[in-house]
Formats: sequence, structure tokens, C-alpha cells
Amino acid sequence: MSRNVLSDPATEAADPIQLVAPDGSRHHHPDLDAVLTDVNDDALAELYTDMVVARRIDTEATALQRQGELALWPPLLGQEAAQIGSARALRPDDFVFSSYRENGVAYCRGVDLDDLLTVWRGNASSGWDPFAINMATPQIIIGAQTLHAVGYAMGVKFDGGDQASIAYFGDGAVTQGDVNEALAFAASYQAPVVFFCQNNHWAISEPVSLQTRVPIAQRASGFGIPALRIDGNDVLAALAATRIALERARAGDGPTFIEAVTYRMGPHTTADDPTRYRDRAELDAWAEKDPLIRVERFLATRGMAVDGFREAAEHRADDVAEALRQGLIAKTDPDVEDVFGEVYAEEHPWLARQQEHYRRYLASLDDSGDRTPPTGEGDR
Amino acid sequence: MSTETAQREDARGTQTLTFGKAINAGLRRALSDDPKVLVMGEDVGRLGGVFRITDGLQAEFGPERVLDSPLAESGIVGTAVGLAYRGFRPVIEIQFDGFVYPAFDQIVSQVAKLRYRTRGRLKMPLTIRIPFGGGIGSPEHHSESPEAYFAHTAGLRVVSPSNPQDAFTMIRQAIASDDPVVYFEPKRRYHEKAEVDLGADLSAMPLGAARVASPGTDVTLIAYGPLVKTALDAAQAAADEDVSVEVIDLRSLSPIDFGPVEASVRKTGRAVITHEAGQFAGLGAEIAASITERCFYHLEHAPVRVTGFDIPYPPSKLEHHHLPDLDRILDGVDRAMDRPNSLTGLVEGGA
Ligand SMILES: Cc1ncc(C[n+]2csc(CCOP(=O)(O)OP(=O)(O)O)c2C)c(N)n1
Ligand SMILES: [Mg+2]
Repeated sequence: MSRNVLSDPATEAADPIQLVAPDGSRHHHPDLDAVLTDVNDDALAELYTDMVVARRIDTEATALQRQGELALWPPLLGQEAAQIGSARALRPDDFVFSSYRENGVAYCRGVDLDDLLTVWRGNASSGWDPFAINMATPQIIIGAQTLHAVGYAMGVKFDGGDQASIAYFGDGAVTQGDVNEALAFAASYQAPVVFFCQNNHWAISEPVSLQTRVPIAQRASGFGIPALRIDGNDVLAALAATRIALERARAGDGPTFIEAVTYRMGPHTTADDPTRYRDRAELDAWAEKDPLIRVERFLATRGMAVDGFREAAEHRADDVAEALRQGLIAKTDPDVEDVFGEVYAEEHPWLARQQEHYRRYLASLDDSGDRTPPTGEGDR
Repeated sequence: MSTETAQREDARGTQTLTFGKAINAGLRRALSDDPKVLVMGEDVGRLGGVFRITDGLQAEFGPERVLDSPLAESGIVGTAVGLAYRGFRPVIEIQFDGFVYPAFDQIVSQVAKLRYRTRGRLKMPLTIRIPFGGGIGSPEHHSESPEAYFAHTAGLRVVSPSNPQDAFTMIRQAIASDDPVVYFEPKRRYHEKAEVDLGADLSAMPLGAARVASPGTDVTLIAYGPLVKTALDAAQAAADEDVSVEVIDLRSLSPIDFGPVEASVRKTGRAVITHEAGQFAGLGAEIAASITERCFYHLEHAPVRVTGFDIPYPPSKLEHHHLPDLDRILDGVDRAMDRPNSLTGLVEGGA
């Protein structure tokens, strides 16, 4: 039965906005083109290089995991354009709140390569100083960081600053209460925040269709937040969309939602086996839309010598990969004092006592770290 | 139902199963015994769960009985409450210990209280499975031991099996219980194997019963979940030093079956309690206080706790410090036995 009074949720969205098609052809969009006037061939080559480096970081880290140097790694393969395009739109004084997968973003923020992998080696719970690169420690609790981004943006507004914050999260995360609360708060306070959702089509084994029946970008309008839905494998679209969102934030126009439609080409993490839940054909179809290849093709249409800048990019990537590996292998294991440090800012007698007892325990062990069975009577 | 499935369900013999497969067998049995039983959670269907505990269940029982839930723990538990109103018995998987907190409100404010609030008119026969504890080298939020929060919450039953047989029997008992049961699975033991009697009588040992895992006479060592195996190893090592340790496997953390604990402590006069969770206001505190209240005149030494530290779970390269191991448990045994130990000679000041 149809009741005309009901509105239909639009289940089909128009194609995501695309500026560079997989075949390298350039599509035009007046609003997006308007914020890209400064992006010349050199700038394009730099975006390309960043993507090559991000991919190499990923390959290197995956190899390091296989070699037992890392406990785990969450690959970003396929999501380079979404991450590089959005991150290169940011100013250094904007603040990033990301999930575990935004290693390309961290690279753009200027993370010290020695710090990028420490979490995944099990050395520390956080690799970098958030205030050194204005990027929060990556979030594993799905969606939690979106609220943090909104709170930060509220603070910017209260302080009268012109910075913005950006929240990176996935398609799975949009179901979480935290993300929906973040959208409500952002709209309520008109906070200068960008919601950047990488719809990579999968939340571990769960397809995006399990999370939503409408394109994710449409969620935002229910909260009163303007949204853009872009081809997330198109670095120019990602750059332009994020620039537009940031412009709005700085102008006091409040939050913007960007859905970057992309694809997780690798496993969820190195511990995952995607052959259990998805088809080869889907993967192959997305391989055709590779974010790096289309920039090569586009640059070729502009008469640039593809081999030359590819080689230069690979060189840069080689250097980064080498620095990454050396930095990781040189890392010393954390110290036992790190177990107890920085739980509290203020004195904590209970924990101090526990630490003292543990020091005594360690001191009671023999040189190889084993307990020596007691001899004689104790005096308690 | 195909004859093949029927035969498999009829299997009542003894099989060698891993801990994980034993839970899987218990879930399969519950799904086939009661059409109102549902399995729900993130990635539990097609993938069979990140630990493969629900492997094959969706293929066998269909996506209406074994549901891949959208990604929201509060949503999963909250909808399970509604399903319980409608007469279902949802069995929820929380993917890892650290991901239960988004559902904490639904569990504490709704699941735990609804029977009381409705004067028993509403049953809450939920089972909430939580892989818990450390020792597998995971990143943050994947190694926690949050059992005390739930044990502190009136209206919930909290259990933790330590071996494949109990895993099989207790998951079935938990699902059959008309109370909500939080079922903590020691994930680092998932791959350990043992003989499992698939015909085991559910009434032989109730869900709430503790058991003596290894008899002894000098000191009582109380453990549950992942540390039962460590405790048994410690008992064996202690035997080499002529100390006879009685290991008690609590199995149920709320309520605690104090009968076997009391009987043992009356005999030994000494108790050591071990768990991975932090010490402060942990299960060990409740157990030590209860032992002191119930067995005061039999005690030769104050109850000793060997636990994780009161810190956020450390990065995995440091977890071996945090987790009680055989030597740290033996040091606790030495303390309880008045033998020289790491704290010998320590004179503590104020605080
Ligand atoms: C609160 C919470 N629940 C469950 C998980 C386990 N988990 C880790 S990643 C993930 C899927 C996330 O999917 P999505 O948001 O699409 O991000 P993606 O991994 O695709 O980048 C899940 C369920 C978690 N980390 N946190
Ligand atoms: Mg995803």
C-alpha cells in the first residue's frame, strides 16, 4: 500500500562527484574547480608522489608484519587518494582526529617516520605527540574520535580561532551512537568540523549495505549538515571537497560531511582473510579504478613524461620505506618503568606501592629472569 | 533439516575439541534445541566471527538465526532486550572485551534491571559472550578484563570457563538460564584442546558451581578463566618444592560459589587469589574479604592477591609484566606460606 504522505528515502544517489575519471579524463565541476585554480602540474605531481609514498608505507609495513617486526597492520591500499587529497587540504594548525587506518594522513601531517609504526609493534599505545603534528592518537574504538573532533571544533569556536578539525571514520562507524551524536552536536553548535567518511565498502566482513540503505552522505542532511559525495579514488575531488568544507568551517558556516566512496583493496588488517567473505570480481572491478593509475593517465594527457615523475616518486618512496624500516628496527623495547608511568598526573600512593612491590619482585629474580625457589625461613 | 545435520546434532559422544570449537559446538546445540535462540554480533555470520567461534552457524541455521549486526554494540544489546520482550533468547558476541563499553548502559541500566523492575514478569535470558584477557600481543582495547564491572552489577550472572568441557557445558547452561549471563571467554586459550563429552548432563554441575581443579593441602590457589591453566602449572611447580597447592576454578564470578573455597581454606589456612584484572576493587578484593569473614579463625596468613596492575592495559611488549605468570603466582604462594619471597623484609610506611 502506498501512502503519499510518506517521503521516500532516496536509495540511489547520483554518481559521486568525480574530477579525474579512471581513464584519466578530466571532468569539470564549477564549484570544485573553483577551489583548485592553484593546482598546476607540479602540485599534481606532488599529490601523486604522496600517494605513491603512502602506498609504499603500506607495502613496507605489511612486509614488516610478515617478517614479525610488527604485530599487526591495517592497510590503506586503495584509499590513498581519499587520504592524501583530504590531508593536503588541511593547514598545519587544523587538527585531525582519525581511526587506525589513516596512515597516509599521518604522513601528510609530517609524522616522524620513527613514530608511525611503534603502536603496531606493540611498543606504545600512541606513536606520536598529538601536538607536534596536530593529529590525535589514532582511535581504535569505532567512531569515538568523531565526538572528539566536534569538541575540539567547539573549542576553536569558543576561542574565536579560524582553525578547523576533521574527523576521519569508516562506513561501519556511521552506525555507532557516537557518530550520530557527533553529527547532532556539530549541527547544534555549528562547529567548524569536517566529517570525512571513507566508505571503503567494508567493515571487516560486513558490507556497507548492512549499515545503511541510503548513501551515507544522505545521513547528514537529517542532522542539518550539508554533504558532498565524492569519488574517493579521485585525489582532486578529495582535495577540492575538503577545501570547500574547510572554507565553510573558517567562514563560520559550521560542519560539512564528505563521503568519499572508495574501496579497501587489502584485508581489514594483516590478521584478516577477506577471501572468506568477498568476491574476487568485486576486487578486480575496483582495481580498474585505482587512484594512482588515473593520476598517471591524467598527467599523460597533459603531456607530462609519466616515466620520469613515476621514477622520482618511487625514489622518494624508497627513501621513506628505508627510513621506516631502519627507524623501526632501531627502536628499543619499552622499559618496565613505562608500565606504571603516566597513569595519573598527580601522586597516587596505591599505584606507587604496587610499583614498588613489583620492583622488589623483579629484583628477587635471578639473572635470567626466573624466580629462585626460597631456602630457609621467611620473616614475612 | 538434513539427515547429516540431524546426525551431527545427535552426536553425544566424546570428541577432542579446541576451546573455541567447544563453544561453537555448544552454540550449535543451543540453536538446534531451541528455535528462539538467536546468535547476533559483528562479523558472526558470514565470517564466523574474528575468532571463528560462530564458524558455520549461519550456513547451518540461516541469516535469520545467526545475524551479522550493524556496527554498534549498544544497538546490539538494546535490540536484544526488545527481542527478549518478544520471547527470544539472544546470544550476543561482543567482538573484544574493550568494545563492550558502548553497550554498558544497555547492559547495566536495562538488561540487569528489567526483571526486578517488572517484578519478574519479563525474563532477560540474554547471553553476552565476551572474549577477554591478554596474552595474545594485541593493540589497545583488545586485552582487557572488565569482569568486575559486571560482577558489581546486581541482576547479572557472570561466568568464565577455563577449559573446553566447561566452555561447552557452560555456554549451554548460560543460554538456558532465564537470567542474563555475561560469559567471559579466555581468548588466549581458544586453541587449547581437550576431550569434550558432548553428552554431558547439564544438571550434573550447575552454572554457578566452583570446582577443585587440583587437590592439595598447604595453600588454596583461587583462579578463573585464563589463569586456571597458569595456576595448575604453578601447583605442579610448587609440588617440586614440596608445597601442596589446591587449585580452585571459580567458573562463576557472580555469584561466587564459596562452598568449595571455604572448605579448602579451612583445610589449608592460606589463600592466594589470582586474576589478570587490576587489583583495586577487583574480584580478588571480594574473595579475600569473604574468606576473611568466613574463615577468619582458620587463617594462618592474610589472603594474598596476585593480579594485573592498576593501570590501563599496557602495550603488548609490556604485557608480560602486567599478566600474572607462574613465577609471580609462586611468589604469592611463598608469601601465603611464610616462605622467603619478594616482599620479605619490606617495612611499609603510612599510605
Ligand atoms: C567499539 C568497537 N567495536 C568493534 C570494533 C572492532 N572493529 C575494528 S575495525 C571494525 C570495522 C570498522 O569498519 P569501518 O568503520 O568501515 O572502518 P574501516 O576498518 O573499513 O576503515 C570493527 C568492527 C572496534 N574497534 N570498536
Ligand atoms: Mg569500512
